[in-house]
Amino acid sequence: MIDNLLDFLSDGENIVFAILAVIMISSSVFMISFTKVVHMVVSLALVFLSAAGLYVLLEAEFVAFVQVLIYAGAITILMIFGIMMTRHDKQDEEPKRPFYNVLLFVGAFALFGVIFFAIQDTTFAPSYGFEPGLDNTREIGLLLYREYVIPFELVSVLLTVAFIGSIVMAKREEE
Amino acid sequence: MDNILPSYLILGAILFCIGLYGALAKKNAIIVLLSVELMLNACNLNFIAFAKYGPVPSLNGQIFSLFNIAVAAAEAAVGVAILIALFRQKGTSDVVDMDSMRH
Repeated sequence: MIDNLLDFLSDGENIVFAILAVIMISSSVFMISFTKVVHMVVSLALVFLSAAGLYVLLEAEFVAFVQVLIYAGAITILMIFGIMMTRHDKQDEEPKRPFYNVLLFVGAFALFGVIFFAIQDTTFAPSYGFEPGLDNTREIGLLLYREYVIPFELVSVLLTVAFIGSIVMAKREEE
Repeated sequence: MDNILPSYLILGAILFCIGLYGALAKKNAIIVLLSVELMLNACNLNFIAFAKYGPVPSLNGQIFSLFNIAVAAAEAAVGVAILIALFRQKGTSDVVDMDSMRH
């Protein structure tokens, strides 16, 4: 066990992975257990930032920057605005549903156990070796505008519809 | 180096289960939205791990995770808009109180 761990940590990439994974798991557990809503949002931003670090480790630099811009920037700020526009004076009392919470914890843990044993049982085929190209952003751009043009345009339509819809919905009623 | 893919998958599973617990256990609607974002992030992590260490490594997994991020952003915007509209109507941000289809 200890030998396996030491062997795992002999590689520099694995050390970085272990540090980022510990940060991600602990701050997401903190997100669940904090009582103030703003603290939850800040610890979730930490999860998003360390996920961006993992993406850099996986040679996905463009996705890492998109993650920092959209998740850690836009979505966190959006959630903080949502908190400010809906008052939370009485957020401190926890829901008194002990039976439900215990059942839910057991269910989530059982789901994790199923996934864990499925992953442990699977033998993954050896990888052919990832060739990210010289410039990750350039390769992604070429792929987006050649093979994935139609999904790309559909996503732009989806974003337009979603943002117009959210503006219309959140607009103050004229009186 | 040869078997780091299961570590990424297990990390994704842990994050997904924490997000599932948060989405079902919390009463505050904003925290429910945040937990859903956490689950989507775990899925993105799996996509990108398979894009590098999968049997057929290619950039397609990264493209798919970009689409996933776009859909997650749209979902968060619409979710917060619905929350604000509901808060104006009923004065609450508690998911237990949101049990009627019309006001």
